[in-house]
Amino acid sequence: MADLSSENDTLIRYREDDPVDHAAVTVDSFLDQSSASAVRVEPGDDARELIPHLERLALVEVNFPAFGDGRGYSSARLLREAGYKGELRAVGDVLVDQVAYMRRCGFDAFDPDAPLSESDLETALSRWPEVYQSAADARTPIWSKRHA
Amino acid sequence: MYLYDQYDQQMVDARVAEFRDQAKRRLDGKLTEDQFKPLRLMNGLYLQLHAYMLRVAIPYGTLNSRQMHALADIADKYDRGYGHFTTRQNIQYNWIKLEEAADILADLAKVEMHAIQTSGNCIRNISSDHFAGAAKDELVDPRPYAELLRQWSSFHPEFSYLPRKFKIAVIASDTDRAAMRLHDIGIQIVEQDGELGAAFYVGGGMGRTPMIAPCIKDFVPLDRLVTYAEACLRVYNRYGRRDNKYKARIKILVHEMGSEEYTKAVDEEFARMLDEGIEPPFAELERIRTFFQDPAFEAGASEEIDRSDPDFALWVDRNTVAHKAPGYVSAVISLKPVGGIPGDATSEQMRLMADLAKQFSFDECRVMHTQNIVLPHVRKADLHALWTALDGAGLGSPNLDTVEDIIACPGLDYCSLANARSIPVAQKISERFAANGKTAELGQLKLKISGCINACGHHHAGHIGILGVDKKGVENYQLLLGGSEAEDVSLAKITGPGFDEAGIVDAVETAADVYLRERQDGERFLDTYRRIGMTPFKEALYG
Ligand code: HEM
Ligand code: SF4
Repeated sequence: MADLSSENDTLIRYREDDPVDHAAVTVDSFLDQSSASAVRVEPGDDARELIPHLERLALVEVNFPAFGDGRGYSSARLLREAGYKGELRAVGDVLVDQVAYMRRCGFDAFDPDAPLSESDLETALSRWPEVYQSAADARTPIWSKRHA
Repeated sequence: MYLYDQYDQQMVDARVAEFRDQAKRRLDGKLTEDQFKPLRLMNGLYLQLHAYMLRVAIPYGTLNSRQMHALADIADKYDRGYGHFTTRQNIQYNWIKLEEAADILADLAKVEMHAIQTSGNCIRNISSDHFAGAAKDELVDPRPYAELLRQWSSFHPEFSYLPRKFKIAVIASDTDRAAMRLHDIGIQIVEQDGELGAAFYVGGGMGRTPMIAPCIKDFVPLDRLVTYAEACLRVYNRYGRRDNKYKARIKILVHEMGSEEYTKAVDEEFARMLDEGIEPPFAELERIRTFFQDPAFEAGASEEIDRSDPDFALWVDRNTVAHKAPGYVSAVISLKPVGGIPGDATSEQMRLMADLAKQFSFDECRVMHTQNIVLPHVRKADLHALWTALDGAGLGSPNLDTVEDIIACPGLDYCSLANARSIPVAQKISERFAANGKTAELGQLKLKISGCINACGHHHAGHIGILGVDKKGVENYQLLLGGSEAEDVSLAKITGPGFDEAGIVDAVETAADVYLRERQDGERFLDTYRRIGMTPFKEALYG
């Protein structure tokens, strides 16, 4: 369940492992150097460039400078499709009304600019009893239940 | 027609609860208007010049009588007793209070309706051929595919914050009655070697930069339809422009990348997605298809129509369309009475249309993108009774596809983006042609009016188009000629300097007169224009 990490009071994680303890680097510097295990993807970055290096990544932050810029949803999902198992964290202008979709696209951590209230978060995440599509999460789409 | 199961119902119910909560937070001052705006827009609630406007989705335009009754009840209970049917086969209410919006959504949910994704930068309501399931020339009923895509696109987690809104149309005949190639994605169900598949046209649209969608794939197998659409959307979501909202539609991406590069990117994405389990099983498409089987047409229904009443005969000639079942027609109810507001219907009229749909058309009616209503399956033997009832309620105008059958956006009477009024211009033009008696002689003449460059009234696709512009604070109208949204799709061209309100009505008549003078046997206005070009029209207009 949501773990509100003590050092960073806006960070919410849906993972059991410990968070990475160093800052994320840009995609360009990640591709240039080899030591970093945390990277930050900006909306204009091509997340596919990370795919050959997924093994050494423990944290991918996907930045949402403005909530209306939805490129990060695709970045997240294509990394999960490529087999990335590490932490996928949405950062920036992340609002409670978007977290349910973000979870579906494979995000398992949130570090929003403005803190999210735990009760709002729970309401938002339990809002949708069902889903219509298969995505990067484990939820069973309605069409699959219909033909189970 | 499609009926919700428990899952579909749960989804709309959850949405009502979510919106009720959001509206309450707004009314309690816990959300600012800026924060609330994107949330209400996802539920079709716009803030307009005078009040909130609610846009209700009518998937592929299909309604049963119960739903039409509910729309009438909403008009009475929450609005001023009328609604406005739109070019995207939806209905809009113009006088809504925020306090009541959630109640309206709850009323809609009771009849399997909603306002989900009727605005916002997401995949919008999916439109289709209004004669689906009835048209003589269709390959199959396109609506099961539209419904499959409706479900796929509802609450899509990856595509709810696209660069811009996204409109999809699905057809299944070579005749295009849905302006398919003027959509972000137009899909035509086609047959190849005995197999059904989908041709994808991507990157059409109107707005300030109208474009006709190129065909990027002539055959996608049906069991890959959703996956291919997903690939098209992902490429757009990743690469569509977000720096300028006027360049954010997919048409600009396809244009700037070139359709070959775009297609290549889609194909690569598609290849990667094939193993991701995105496609619903074929059984789901088959389940949906069972809802769209033919109704029980009466075998051997009579082909006879008693044409002794000339007014009735005229209506039959103008407003009925050939049907695939012998003895049946599709009957169009015109929402374009002379001098009326195109697409408006009162609650009384909605109830009557609902009852007539139940009595004469297997409980089904459709909203057309031309802002009329069609009863898809009417026995010829019932036409006189149907017409009598319609005519008595001001719904019997015999003017389908004529110069009086005008498409007009809400314009400056309602819309906060408008430069000029559209509705009064439409009213004056229909009055002019009704008075001078030229409507019949002119035959098919599609006239479309938008109050600004956003082109909600499809002016680019009008045989005659009218565009409202703002000229130093005065309403001014440009005239366009030669557009078509049909299978012979083309974009209209501006004739020259604009006109004031009285001038534009005269200008339309002048253009019509040029056609009457120049036409050759069997030519429509559009055909004559295409043959003789702009010059004779310009000479007559600006001489
Ligand atoms: C009254 C409130 C409305 C507002 C604020 C509004 C706004 C807009 C805007 C901004 C665009 C341009 C989008 C773009 O090119 O990126 C547009 C296009 C369009 N709207 Fe509206 N609209 C309204 C009503 C309507 C109505 C009533 C209809 C149907 C009758 C409609 C149907 C369309 C269509 C068909 C297009 C052009 C096709 C396209 O490129 O999407 N809109 N609208
Ligand atoms: S075309 Fe312009 S004026 Fe007309 S409804 Fe659309 S935005 Fe408003």
